[in-house]
Amino acid sequence: MLNNKSKIMTSGNLAFAEAMRQINPDVVAAYPITPSTEIPVKFAEFVADGKVDSEYIAVESEHSAITACVGASVAGGRVMTASSANGVALMHEIFPIASAFRAPIVFGLVNRSLGAPVNIHCDHSDSMPERDSGWIQIYCEDAQEVYDSVLLAVRLAEHKDVLTPVFVCQDGFITSHCYEPVEFLSDEAVRNFVGERTPQLPLLDVDNPVSYGSFTMSEYYFEIKRNQMEGMNNVLRVYGEISKELAVQTGREYQPIDSYRAEDADYLIIIMSSAAGVVKDVVDEMRENGIKAGCLRIRFFRPFPRDELVKIAAGKRGIAVLDRSASIGGTAPLASEVKSALYDLTDHVPVQEYIFGLGGRDFYPADAEKVFRTMIHSDYSSNVRYIGLLDKDDKNGQN
Amino acid sequence: MGKINLKELTKKQNPMTEGHRMCPGCGAPTAVRQALMAIDDPVVVVGATGCLEVSTTVYPYSAWRVPFMHVAFENAGAGISGIETAYRVLKKRGKTEKNIKFIAFGGDGGTYDIGLQSLSGALERGHDFTYICYNNQGYMNTGAQRSSATPINANATTSPAGAYMSGKLQRAKNLTEIVAAHNIPYVAQTTLHDPVDLISKVKRAVETPGPAFVNVLVPCPLFWKIKPCDQVKVCKLAADTRFWPVYEVIEGKYVLSYKPLKNLPIEDFLSVQGRYSHLFRKGSERMDLIAQAQADIDTEWRKLLQKTENYTC
Repeated sequence: MLNNKSKIMTSGNLAFAEAMRQINPDVVAAYPITPSTEIPVKFAEFVADGKVDSEYIAVESEHSAITACVGASVAGGRVMTASSANGVALMHEIFPIASAFRAPIVFGLVNRSLGAPVNIHCDHSDSMPERDSGWIQIYCEDAQEVYDSVLLAVRLAEHKDVLTPVFVCQDGFITSHCYEPVEFLSDEAVRNFVGERTPQLPLLDVDNPVSYGSFTMSEYYFEIKRNQMEGMNNVLRVYGEISKELAVQTGREYQPIDSYRAEDADYLIIIMSSAAGVVKDVVDEMRENGIKAGCLRIRFFRPFPRDELVKIAAGKRGIAVLDRSASIGGTAPLASEVKSALYDLTDHVPVQEYIFGLGGRDFYPADAEKVFRTMIHSDYSSNVRYIGLLDKDDKNGQN
Repeated sequence: MGKINLKELTKKQNPMTEGHRMCPGCGAPTAVRQALMAIDDPVVVVGATGCLEVSTTVYPYSAWRVPFMHVAFENAGAGISGIETAYRVLKKRGKTEKNIKFIAFGGDGGTYDIGLQSLSGALERGHDFTYICYNNQGYMNTGAQRSSATPINANATTSPAGAYMSGKLQRAKNLTEIVAAHNIPYVAQTTLHDPVDLISKVKRAVETPGPAFVNVLVPCPLFWKIKPCDQVKVCKLAADTRFWPVYEVIEGKYVLSYKPLKNLPIEDFLSVQGRYSHLFRKGSERMDLIAQAQADIDTEWRKLLQKTENYTC
């Protein structure tokens, strides 16, 4: 089906925007913030040029952006937006409301470190605080995956067994601004794949009035939250079906965990998003030197693919978890999930926690190699270790 | 605009059911009922967090016979923007044929204070909706705290009248004028002194394309410390003392909707409310503060008259 596709050089942000153009959603409400700004700017251009007949709401803050999205979604529209860093933090109050309303919003989250200090570069400190907001979180490695994930996210969010909003995350600048070849489906193929939204209980059905956002005390609150959990529990099953369907057209299928030479590996690095590319290269080099290294890239952080992880991780000689955000005073988010999942294994697998790349600090092949070598030397610490800190005498980083 | 027939209107089903949990004598449900009476098309309502929202949506019940959404405290303007925009797109795309009107209700906390930015954004963007502020001059849902709508000298729980301070020290913000400065097509200020006034203002607001704003002064018997049966009486005093001028700004043109026959002194409005009782305590009367309040009212009234006269002379 080659005539169904086109391949061009583009960036993660522009790939996201192109998917939006093809989806032609009902409403986009967004507010500019680096590095996600290009997404609404590009979309506003599509609206101005008549390439979509969506409505773009140029709101006065991120808080109003997500609120307008909730309103438009509950009204019955297909709704998309994008943001980063402090913009995401300003929206925080509304995220659990969106998910409790079962509003299937698709959100381009371009990861950037949270201030202070102010920094525009990538880490995951903006999206990780939202892991308990009841949203699906998908983390992408490259622009192609961003494009494919937007299409998948629309179907996933709107599926009647899921009805949960989705963050499609990509690394700020690294993925959002770097150009690479991306293959796009034809407009027709995208429209056939995403179809039309069939809203459940839309607010605009004035003949069947419903109330959203009611005052709900101890008698019912818990049940409503339990119901949301059930929607989240259905995500991986539904995702499996949808991703197979898209793969027929694209030839690309993404698992909840991207497993790279991991099945027969002795040592694993578990990581997320763009930095996995570096680890995969190092895995290849180490394999050439006879070391059975592997990489797991966690693509779905919510819901966390616990069973898949345990299956692959069982029997490994060592695992290093590399977090691109910290939970100051506690275990970093990814390490926390991994350790929790591995607790049920009968045979203990040692796990070393690392924090890397905060505020866009570079992550080099030598760093990944050192992580593997440290595991090979059975050198584990119960303390977190740091990769790439300027202070080489940092005791915590070295012990 | 068609003539308002009150007798006919009373036959209309109230979009808010009986059995809601608002207090006896609260002005908010009166304002909601009168406002929604004015509209013949189907409506979708957004409520900011506040007494009205919590008291009408106690799950698994809802007092709303019309679609209703509450998101949070500070964002009724943004919420209604999203719904109204989705409606326009769905209509354009042939997915709905109805003519729906969009109304947002917010208290003064959700409108003057925490929701001001969201409201301002929605007004500036020109969505076709009507925002109705039910203004009881403070945070009643949390127990009578002061807001920027609370008048000077009022005894509120975060501006208490004590031995040293005599209630709120600052004047209230003039939100109606701030909204008018957005140059939207319709702005109005009224109270519950006369149902025809509120109904006709909301009717005009809803029939005007683009954003419209109505600021309705409504008593809270608990905060104002008045008898529930005195709701209309106190609202009439607010209008007759010119404490709360009743007027409209139609396409920038100021129109006085109600001119008191005789200007009653501000004492008449203050002395019937317990929230000002510290001003009238025997032996420590604060006639100086009452005189200042009167002077403020006279100044504001003159300013308003100048604006209306500029258009009428």
